[in-house]
Amino acid sequence: MLYILQTALELGFLYALVAMALFLSYRVLDIADLTTDGGFVLGAAVSVTMAAAGHPILAVPAALIAGMAAGFVTAFLQTRLGVPSILAGIVTNTGLYTINLMIMGWSANVSLLKTDTLFTLFHNTGIGGDWYEVVLAAFVTILAGILLVLFLKTRLGLSIRATGDNMDMVRASSINPAFTITVGLCISNALTALSGAMVGQYQNTADINGGTGIVVIGLACLIIGETILGRRTIIKGAIASVTGSIIYRLIYAIVLYTKIVPVQGLRLITAIVVALAIAFPTIKEWFAFQKRKMAASRKGGN
Amino acid sequence: MLDIQNISKTFNPGTVNAKTAISGLSLHLNEGDFITIIGSNGAGKSTLFNAIAGVFYIDEGSIVLAGKDITFLPEHKRSRSIGRLFQDPLKGTAPNMTIEENLALAYLRNVKTNSFSRISKKDKAFFQEKLALLEMGLENRMRQPVGLLSGGQRQALTLLMATVVPPKLLLLDEHTAALDPGTAEKVLALTRDIVAREHITCLMITHNMKQALELGNRTFLMADGNIVLDVEGEERSHLTVEDLLARFKAGTGQELDNDRILLSE
Repeated sequence: MLYILQTALELGFLYALVAMALFLSYRVLDIADLTTDGGFVLGAAVSVTMAAAGHPILAVPAALIAGMAAGFVTAFLQTRLGVPSILAGIVTNTGLYTINLMIMGWSANVSLLKTDTLFTLFHNTGIGGDWYEVVLAAFVTILAGILLVLFLKTRLGLSIRATGDNMDMVRASSINPAFTITVGLCISNALTALSGAMVGQYQNTADINGGTGIVVIGLACLIIGETILGRRTIIKGAIASVTGSIIYRLIYAIVLYTKIVPVQGLRLITAIVVALAIAFPTIKEWFAFQKRKMAASRKGGN
Repeated sequence: MLDIQNISKTFNPGTVNAKTAISGLSLHLNEGDFITIIGSNGAGKSTLFNAIAGVFYIDEGSIVLAGKDITFLPEHKRSRSIGRLFQDPLKGTAPNMTIEENLALAYLRNVKTNSFSRISKKDKAFFQEKLALLEMGLENRMRQPVGLLSGGQRQALTLLMATVVPPKLLLLDEHTAALDPGTAEKVLALTRDIVAREHITCLMITHNMKQALELGNRTFLMADGNIVLDVEGEERSHLTVEDLLARFKAGTGQELDNDRILLSE
C-alpha cells in the first residue's frame, strides 16, 4: 500500500508540470494549446538522449530550451501567420513527431542502461532515503510552481494574464498580445518539456508514443485540483495542478492494483471526466432552462 | 497636437458590402482641446476613433500626433500615448485580476519599467491615492478582482487607468452611455476633473446634445464620414440644441437621426 502511495506521489509530482503548463495556456492565456503531447515527448527525447551521452543534468536546461522552441513555433503560427490557435498546436505537434524521432536517432524508443540519471545522482547524495525519488520530483515541481507564481505577478506576467482575461483591454493598453502570447506559450511548453525530461530519466526511457493523450490527462488533473481548491487566484491554480495530479495518479495506481476496471479503460474514463467537467456549465444551464420551461407550463396559459 | 490630413477608409472595398466610413476627413486639435462629437448613426464617429487608435490602418491620408507620424504605427504602440474608453464598461478592465493589478498594467505605459519587477509598496500607495480621488471606496478594495465591481465603478477605474499616466490624447466613445443616470453623472464629473487637472487633449463622442455643448471647448458634428460642423469659442457659447439641429439640417439636408439623441433631453 505504501508502495502505491510512493509511486503515485512520484508520478503525481512529475506529471503535475504538465497540468501546470495547461493551467498557464488553457486557464491563464485561454488558449487550447495542443502542442503538449509532442512537447512532452520532445522533453523526454532530449533528456534521455543527453543522459545517455553522459549529461543527465545538462539534459534539463536542454529540454527546457527545446520546449520553448516548440512553444515559439506554435505561437508564431497563431500570432504572426494567422493559423487558428488549436490548429497551430496540432501542426506543431505533428511536426514534432519527426523531430522527436530524429533526436532519438530515428528509433522509436531510447533506453538508459546503467547510465547516471538525475535520480541515481540524487540517490547517491543520500537525501530522502528510500523516498529519494519523491523528494527530487517534489523539489523540481514545487520550485517550478513557485517560479511560475512569482513570474505571473511581475509586470510581464500581469500582461500575459490580462491577454487571456480581456483582449479588448490589452489592445487599448499598450501591451502587444502577439508578444505576451508568445512568451506565455514558450513558458508553458518549457514546463511540459520539463515534465517529459523528468519522467524520461525517472523511467529510464523515452518512447515516441509516450505523450499520447497527455494533454487530456493534464486537463483532468487540473480540473480535479480546481474542483477541490476552487479557481480564482494564481497560487490556487498552481497548487491545484499539483494536488490534482497526485490524486489522479493515486486513482490510477489504485485501479492498477485492484483491477476494478482494466487499466486500458482509464483513458476513456479520463476523457469522459474531462468532457463532462468542461461541459458542466452548459449542462447546468440546460437543466435550469428545462426547469424554467416546466415551471412556465405548469403556471398555465398553454 | 493632433493633425489629421484628408483621411479615408472604406470597408470591404470592391464588394457589394463596400462602405466608405470616412471620406476625406481633416482636423486639427490644439493642445488641451476638449472636443465633443455628435452625429447620426453611422456617421463615422467610432470609425474616426478607431482610425486614430490604430484598430485598422487608413486607406489614404495621414495622422500626426504630437509631431510624430503615427499613420502606420501598430495599435499597441499608439496606445502608449492614446488613452481609450468604450461604451461597454466591461471592455476596459480585466475581470479576473485585482484592482491593483489592473492599475499596474495601465501604469506599464509609464516610461521603461522592468518587465520582471513586481508591484512595489510605492506603486500601491500611489494607486491608493489615485483611487481615493474617485470617491467610490475602491482604495480599500485593491486586492479584490475587478469582476466584483459595478459597471460604473469599472468605468471609473478604466478612466483612471487610461489617465494614470497622462496620455497625449484621450478618446472617449460614449463612455457614460451604458451607465445609469446617476453613475453617468459621476463618471462624467470625474472625466471633467481629470482632463482639466492633467490638461489632457480629449475627444468625446456623446449622444447627449446638451452635454455636447456644455462640456469642452469645441464641438464637431459628423455626418457621412466627415465633419460637417465645427464650432468653438463665442459662437459655441450662444448655441442651443435647437440651433445645432437646425445647423445640422442646413449643412447636410437631412435630419439628425440618432435614435438615442432624440430620446435624451
